[in-house]
Amino acid sequence: MTMIFGIPVQAFLGQLLVGLINGSFYAMLSLGLAVIFGLLRVINFAHGAQYMLGAFVGYLLLTYLGIGYWPALILAPLIVGAFGIVVERLALSRLYDLDPLYGLLFTFGLALVLEGIFRYYYGVSGNPYAVPPLLSGGTNLGFMFLPNYRGWVVVASLIVCFGTWALIEKTRLGSYLRAATENPRLVQAFGVNVPLLLTLTYGLGSALAGLAGILAAPIYQVSPLMGSDLIIVVFAVVVVGGMGSILGAIVTGYMLGLAEGLTKVFYPEASNLVVFVIMAIVLLVRPAGLFGRDA
Amino acid sequence: MSELTLRETSAKTSARLEWTLVGLGILALLVAPFLVYPIFLMKMLCFALFACGFNLLLGYTGLLSFGHATFFGGAAYFTAHAVKVWGWPPEAGILLGMAGAALLGLVMGFFAIRRQGIYFAMITLALSQMFFFFCVQAPFTQGEDGIQGIPRGMLLGVLDLNVSLNMYYFVLAVFLIGVFAIWRIVNSPFGMILRSIRENENRAISLGYSVANYKLGAFVMSAALAGLAGSLKAIVFQFATLTDVTWQMSGEVILMTLLGGIGTMVGPIIGASLVIGLENTLATSGFPVTIATGLIFMVCVLIFRRGIVGEFYARIFGRAGKD
Repeated sequence: MTMIFGIPVQAFLGQLLVGLINGSFYAMLSLGLAVIFGLLRVINFAHGAQYMLGAFVGYLLLTYLGIGYWPALILAPLIVGAFGIVVERLALSRLYDLDPLYGLLFTFGLALVLEGIFRYYYGVSGNPYAVPPLLSGGTNLGFMFLPNYRGWVVVASLIVCFGTWALIEKTRLGSYLRAATENPRLVQAFGVNVPLLLTLTYGLGSALAGLAGILAAPIYQVSPLMGSDLIIVVFAVVVVGGMGSILGAIVTGYMLGLAEGLTKVFYPEASNLVVFVIMAIVLLVRPAGLFGRDA
Repeated sequence: MSELTLRETSAKTSARLEWTLVGLGILALLVAPFLVYPIFLMKMLCFALFACGFNLLLGYTGLLSFGHATFFGGAAYFTAHAVKVWGWPPEAGILLGMAGAALLGLVMGFFAIRRQGIYFAMITLALSQMFFFFCVQAPFTQGEDGIQGIPRGMLLGVLDLNVSLNMYYFVLAVFLIGVFAIWRIVNSPFGMILRSIRENENRAISLGYSVANYKLGAFVMSAALAGLAGSLKAIVFQFATLTDVTWQMSGEVILMTLLGGIGTMVGPIIGASLVIGLENTLATSGFPVTIATGLIFMVCVLIFRRGIVGEFYARIFGRAGKD
């Protein structure tokens, strides 16, 4: 058997793939956080809970209404996005004039409530969500065996990430958004409805989290706690990347996922810690983050 | 967080009221164990001290740490290990826990003060999650089981802490010393500089203060006080578990401070008592605690940002100050 650094190549690539999958979710979630933070100056602590909500919407649609994976892939982000819009209108919009820390604390409370509700009704154990028949099985790539669904997740997350990037950097709506980030009053004076833009942005960010959730459902089990552990890692990713750039958030997400996968190959005990260690090193060397603009 | 703290103009009147309240409060705490279950009171005092130590950082320096569970739970582990495995007396174990927490605070603070505001909160959260994973894997914490059956021992070799009332009055004494220390720190020249950093960091820098060092100092002190509370809790309950190092615990202490009143001396004590009381009530009712704490968080942030004590001051002195 071929070896890389004394590790069988199969195991090596297998862990790298796991890293790439994790990285896909880090990228999608830190992207959503960056989009929301860019315009609203709110750190959405509920992002993990909304990711969990996306997975649960998929699970509940299947269990109670018999709606399968593909429609759920559209419906789950829409439902989570609509929920986000309600939250923004009712609560977050009242906090914009205050210290940004209040947004963090409010969404923290929201995350606790969402998690608590699902824990109360569904317990802490995970619920399995079957891989859609179209993507079940796997492909032998010659050097390794690739489960089809995992390949799909990597492709889908790339599409989502670069789609969002293009939406913000290349479209007219995106240019309004970027302008409102720089100077909301001036953009308002030009006749753009900035409050509506803020609401839609939070809805879009929430929908991204929901989409990541439904994509994750067949890989990880659908559990009330799936979001809260992930969100802390994503925070570390965001600190490493700096929230100044959309592309930076995406690249950092994939990079740290791969770094985690590599660590699992060589020193498994540290795989949980490696993202945090990298964060500490980046803080020492480049406190503003790899792609950050503000100090 | 400056907009919620008290204006200095009403400081004199509020100080007089505070002293009256403090006197009554101490009196109540002295007789309380004859009326209320002492274990519950001790839990309340431990968390109140934890919240007061946390408030030193949030309320008086303006830094929101999302990682204080590290110091609380970490100190509990250190004390538990020293007392149970090494056979140290309780007072030495508590001092070790406090020193360990201060050291952890030095390390976490060193990294966290490199960024401000929201990033500060996220960094402390991430580092404390790292410490959580360390505790899950490190052999001395005994993983999911935690360290159980810690002997309470003899305080200074003479006072048997297994007697419930002895334990209570020891906890009360430590609590009062801790709160007094915070009061002294806050009202010292050092504390004034911390407040100036909270109000306007750039101006503090331009006045020549090395803001980074002051922040780190406040962080370490706050960590040490949180550690003192955690060590005390380990001795009272005779166990140290992973629960105390989770991010939920960090969230809980924020809630206690927010509910009671950020930047007030008595606020965190009242907030901690209410949260612990509520949790005790809910524990028997079957209603999930996380939903309740989450809702209180949301309500506090939306309509009750000054907290109970802050709101009380604003009602009483807000108008009186203007007359």
